Amino acid sequence: MRARRRQRLIFVGVVLAGVAVATALVLMAIGENMLYFYSPSQIAAGEAPRGHDVRVGGLVVAGSVERSSGSLDVRFDLTDTSANVRVAYSGILPDLFREGQGIVALGRIGDDGVFRAREVLAKHDENYMPPEVAEALELAADGGTMPHPVKNSAGQGGGGKP
Amino acid sequence: MIPELGHFALIIALGVAVIQGVVPLLGAQRGVPEWMAVAVTASRAQFLFVLLAYACLTYAFVAKDFSVAYVAQNANADLPLFYRISAVWGAHEGSMLLWTLTLAGWSVAVSMASGALPMAFRARVLATMGLISCGFLLFMLLTSNPFERLLPAPQDGRDLNPLLQDPGMVIHPPMLYMGYVGLVVPFAFAVAALLGGRLDAAWTRWTRPWTTVAWVFLTVGITLGSWWAYNELGWGGWWFWDPVENASFMPWLVATALMHSLAVSEQRGAFKAWTVLLAIFGFSLSLLGTFLVRSGVLVSVHAFATDPARGVFILAFLALVVGGALTLFAWRASVISGGGSFRLMSRETLLLINNVLLVVACATVLLGTMYPLIIDALGLGKISVGPPYFDAVFAPLMLPLVFLIGIGPLTRWKGDHASRLVQLLRIAFVASLVAAGAIVVVTSGYSLLLLAALAMAIWTLASTAQGLIARMRGKRGAWKGVRALPRSFVGMTLAHLGVGVFIIGVAITSTFSTERDVRLGPGDSETLAGYRFQFQGVGEFPGPNYVARRAEVQVFRGERRVATLYPEKRRYPIQEQPMTEAAIDVGFTRDLYVALGEPLGDGSWAVRLYYKPLIRWIWFGPALMALGGLLAASDRRYRSGRRAERAAPVTDTGGALGAGVSGG
Repeated sequence: MRARRRQRLIFVGVVLAGVAVATALVLMAIGENMLYFYSPSQIAAGEAPRGHDVRVGGLVVAGSVERSSGSLDVRFDLTDTSANVRVAYSGILPDLFREGQGIVALGRIGDDGVFRAREVLAKHDENYMPPEVAEALELAADGGTMPHPVKNSAGQGGGGKP
Repeated sequence: MIPELGHFALIIALGVAVIQGVVPLLGAQRGVPEWMAVAVTASRAQFLFVLLAYACLTYAFVAKDFSVAYVAQNANADLPLFYRISAVWGAHEGSMLLWTLTLAGWSVAVSMASGALPMAFRARVLATMGLISCGFLLFMLLTSNPFERLLPAPQDGRDLNPLLQDPGMVIHPPMLYMGYVGLVVPFAFAVAALLGGRLDAAWTRWTRPWTTVAWVFLTVGITLGSWWAYNELGWGGWWFWDPVENASFMPWLVATALMHSLAVSEQRGAFKAWTVLLAIFGFSLSLLGTFLVRSGVLVSVHAFATDPARGVFILAFLALVVGGALTLFAWRASVISGGGSFRLMSRETLLLINNVLLVVACATVLLGTMYPLIIDALGLGKISVGPPYFDAVFAPLMLPLVFLIGIGPLTRWKGDHASRLVQLLRIAFVASLVAAGAIVVVTSGYSLLLLAALAMAIWTLASTAQGLIARMRGKRGAWKGVRALPRSFVGMTLAHLGVGVFIIGVAITSTFSTERDVRLGPGDSETLAGYRFQFQGVGEFPGPNYVARRAEVQVFRGERRVATLYPEKRRYPIQEQPMTEAAIDVGFTRDLYVALGEPLGDGSWAVRLYYKPLIRWIWFGPALMALGGLLAASDRRYRSGRRAERAAPVTDTGGALGAGVSGG
């Protein structure tokens, strides 16, 4: 009988220790590594914190992409149709980065108000709109004048060359 | 006609699955042998009908039948035959069919290998698998029929997602599904044991090899997925903590825990209820993964579906299966307690800690994956939890686990003395610390995490090797000695060595990889990690269903040319999609990786260069683990199940090991 109790004690002890350690780790890590998403309107209104990583998403404004000649620096505007935010990035843009495309950038807002992106994400599907971007656009459109930006390719979209 | 035949075959398969799920269960409950016997026949019939449906869909792809909507969306007249066959699982409907076929395949495998099982038990196992199959067949027929026609038929199809046109992607999904779905076998065994109220040593001995084999497939599938991402995504990364990756990693963690707790249940008869619970969790996480990937709640490359009906169906099915199994567990768990006693310092305790660490690690991954979804669903904002979270949580949990790999296998069951273990392992421990320290100094990669990871990895290798040597003592000749060992022991040794190899790869790659994005014109060169990359220029090359701009990059080390690489930028005109095809010079000690960015005018390009030391070890390690799993699953005592059962006391590997060690 004593053996069984000791076993149960070992079992409960180990499980509790594991759960305690994990909870501590998770609490420490998740607070620091959570990335909030802001729309260009929210950034223009000053709602996004400075000096802290955030994500911003929107459509790349046509004609706004500027490449510098000697380096890989690039600047472009992101819009949710009611406000724009300037994004600066250095490096290779993803395959599907192009004007009019919905993208998400990760980085922080500089003192000059330009968003310094560390990472630019565009997904591998021409019809894909990052869900955050789609929602930001909808909110900015405000009265529903803006057509729903997510084109649905499933279903009838199947056939034929365009 | 053929697609209709396929559709019809699916409907019949559903009918058969219903019979397989209901009749044997009733038979087992009432003790009617004829009803129980239905299980075997039905599982085979069901497999044949699902196979027929699968063949019909493959035929539609091979024959380029674009009147089938699924074919039209995922193939094209110019798509090579190889990719037309793999396009069957290139999107939602077809991959559900592959899932169902895999499930039916596992059912048949169980039905063929379970002749020695008690009749009622076998009937219950197969019936459980039949019921799961019902759910998936119903799901396909109601929400995602791969045979739906598209009329009028288009002239040509929309082509397969270019990302999936890669050899790695051809084998990755079937392997992963074999593993995912394979966890249904321990699940079904657990449910059958709960229903029958009998959970003995024979049960664990039957469950163990099946779990191990499913785990092997899962390991191979995840590794292939990582390898594919490295080759194809053009970012040089091998793991992204992407929700889709996590969806396959969580069942792997639980399956790993299950393998270890099954060892305790088999050898010592302890932890039985816990083992059953892990078997239930393992398959539940497989289902959860399917829900996450298939419902479209996560949007990524893998999430083809945007139809809410599908999500609701899978979620309801998930709730039914998990809820049902857990209710059954709560109701019957009291009948399966018991087991031998053990002391604090014993192999049982160490394996318990192993299990807790693995399950807790799985829980943290689950939390990181689900948290953004929950926050979003509650309307509390849009957040994402990035790789830093997972890295910060995962490494501290894995280090003690890896430390235990060295001790666990050398510890005796029931009880052992810490002093004996210290005596035995102190040299290995000090040696690994010294070796890791030396590496850190030589490479001047001063980082505490690197030191810890290397020390743990070398410790794993050293202590595992020591365990092997201790077992072989007294046998003449190294090769003969290894041959004489039980396969389960050799398998475990290989798998643990694989862990060490993997950690060395991860530690070195993540510390010493260098990358650079540069602008290169014809004739320009850039030096990275002692290698000079010379850009020769870009030419156009037509592919079967794409046009490629291919660069030539010559790589020099000093004056010697090491490699000539041809990275490509492809454009697939049908999907209007550009694709980066990286070029990699593969090596045992390092990879050189070149990816094309975009043209910058005047003939120069943005080019991304990587130097990745020991990255191959990241896949070589899991390959060793998988090989070890296969060896362990083919151990003699599983092959001759009936004989082993009669010779009741199980050959206790741990005791024998302990004896071998102390005898030396």
